[in-house]
Amino acid sequence: MRRIGPFLVEKDLVAPPGRVLAVSTAALVLAFLVAGLVFWAYGVSPWVAYRTIFVETLLSPSGFAEGVRRAIPLLLAGVGLVLAFRGQFWNIGAEGQLLLGAVAAAGVALFVPLPDPLKLPAMFLAGFAAGGLWAAAPALLKLRLGVNDVLTTLMLNYVAVYLVEWLIHGPWRGRTAFGFAYTDRFPDAAMLPLIPGTYVHWPTLLLALLLAGAAWFVLARTTWGYPVRVTGDNPEAARYARMPVFWVVFGVALASGGLAGLAGVGEVAGVHGRLLGAYQISLGYGYTAIIVAWLARGNPLGAVLTALFMGLVFASGDVMKIALQMPFRVTDVFNGLILFFLISTERLLYYRVRWAPARKER
Amino acid sequence: MEDWIWTTLVRALAFGTPILLAGLGEIYAERSGVVNLGVEGMMAVGALAAFAVAQSSGNPYLGLAAAVLVGALIALPFAVASITLRANQYVAGLALTMLGLGLSGLLGKPYEGAPLAHPLPETGFVVAALVLAAALWFFLRHTFAGLVLRSAGENPETVDAMGINVYAVRYGAVVFGGAMAGLAGAFLSLAYRPSWADGITSGLGWIAVALAIFAAWHPLKAVGAALLFGALYHLSYRLQAVVSPEFLKAMPYLFVVVVLSLSALRRGPSGAPEALGIPYVRGERR
Repeated sequence: MRRIGPFLVEKDLVAPPGRVLAVSTAALVLAFLVAGLVFWAYGVSPWVAYRTIFVETLLSPSGFAEGVRRAIPLLLAGVGLVLAFRGQFWNIGAEGQLLLGAVAAAGVALFVPLPDPLKLPAMFLAGFAAGGLWAAAPALLKLRLGVNDVLTTLMLNYVAVYLVEWLIHGPWRGRTAFGFAYTDRFPDAAMLPLIPGTYVHWPTLLLALLLAGAAWFVLARTTWGYPVRVTGDNPEAARYARMPVFWVVFGVALASGGLAGLAGVGEVAGVHGRLLGAYQISLGYGYTAIIVAWLARGNPLGAVLTALFMGLVFASGDVMKIALQMPFRVTDVFNGLILFFLISTERLLYYRVRWAPARKER
Repeated sequence: MEDWIWTTLVRALAFGTPILLAGLGEIYAERSGVVNLGVEGMMAVGALAAFAVAQSSGNPYLGLAAAVLVGALIALPFAVASITLRANQYVAGLALTMLGLGLSGLLGKPYEGAPLAHPLPETGFVVAALVLAAALWFFLRHTFAGLVLRSAGENPETVDAMGINVYAVRYGAVVFGGAMAGLAGAFLSLAYRPSWADGITSGLGWIAVALAIFAAWHPLKAVGAALLFGALYHLSYRLQAVVSPEFLKAMPYLFVVVVLSLSALRRGPSGAPEALGIPYVRGERR
């Protein structure tokens, strides 16, 4: 207990939901204030910037739909990262796992002869498997050799980028691409339906919401989730209680990679209709999903809200690019600042501040 | 034949210089107990600061100073978050990388594409990096301040018990790491390119982080490791005609994974500082 002026500061062991909300909101407001300073330094009035964003994303139906479309991959990858972080697997590689999912989906769509109704399910399965495998390698290296998972998952992102570039410049380059680097268009049976008038591929959205619910259920209500939670809170205790720590870490790694892979399937089958440049497919969804997971504070259902929020931040990047001619890098500024203030204010969650003016001594 | 070896060595040195400079800074930060994954971002901001100041003042040395200063400054908020506020160091570093890449990409837009009027020679940077490596090794190994720095990363309680402020030591090391990353960025935009483009660092900052581990946190071993990575980069240019360029571009990153795995296989202690990645709380037992 400490006294700061008329306030008493006390320590808490758990953070009540109201305070989590208040502190998170304060962090976001701070991030947007500092981002406003950056815009001002760039030569765009923060007032104009935020008014434009507000009008073109929150008040315009098509702008909002863009935010929802961006939220789909963020939710899938974000739920996966919630699981990964809960199970102590520091997966920074969702970006690469997403790209692998896109590659697998394109491979099935273009080169595997399947009856039409089986095409899309096969693409999703292949995408899950490819993303999962891309995460399994770093997980094994961590578990068997103790190799730092942050670095290996991150390095594999770059490898995935160049794998995509190689495929679209080389063996998979489309016959109809005429000098452009992308594959042929997917057959119609390999394309996801959209909500009319928008680019929202609703089957992926539905899948993402269902999987968020499933992840919450498994984590909170089943005997599979229990060891994951214990491993996350206290790995020593988990080991002492003879919990299968190896399988927990390997399992969350596979699941998080697989979910990111599904996000990649949604992007190529729902938005682009072909495999194209890595930076056109993803724009950094895999990195932003880290913020989605962090902001959700370990709750897969919370990721639904935070993915929508970060999706709107992405859509704001689009708006600023088009309406204010700013480079798309503004989303990185937003992302960096938001993440930064979120983790910096984390400590505050565990302090209670009470108004208790000191009584005057006679 | 001798010619070929000579050019390979020279080019490997040039390619390895930014990795070495940034890697030395990261070694110091990690030796004090703080992992900073923001090297890529700090390097990008340094590269932009160097180019912008050199271009507008016409004096590349002013650009160099600006890069060092800005690199150190951008490391400060990371230091506050990870040392004072005890935030997760990995995530804080990641945020710093996003922020650095975003800021430099946004504010650097007007400078995009123009060549630098008065570039600096690469040789100066290469020699400076080698001299710095030796000096930093000597400081770390043979001075009292170096001993304090290492102790802050091995056993911060001891440093505290000596009456020395652990936080101040770690702040110093992290800020120094930022300055070195800024210097590495300046090499890219003032000498190596010499120009500014968004994404100029192209993953070199991450390789610098891996270098610290591969070199077992030893400044002199870092020289050898940087040469190895540099040679690999150079080879990827030489082999372009034979192997597909995408594979060669992916090679350094795959190599990092292989190198980290091999370092993990090495018998005996890895050389990692005992308290690496653990925030220090005064008066709390570990």
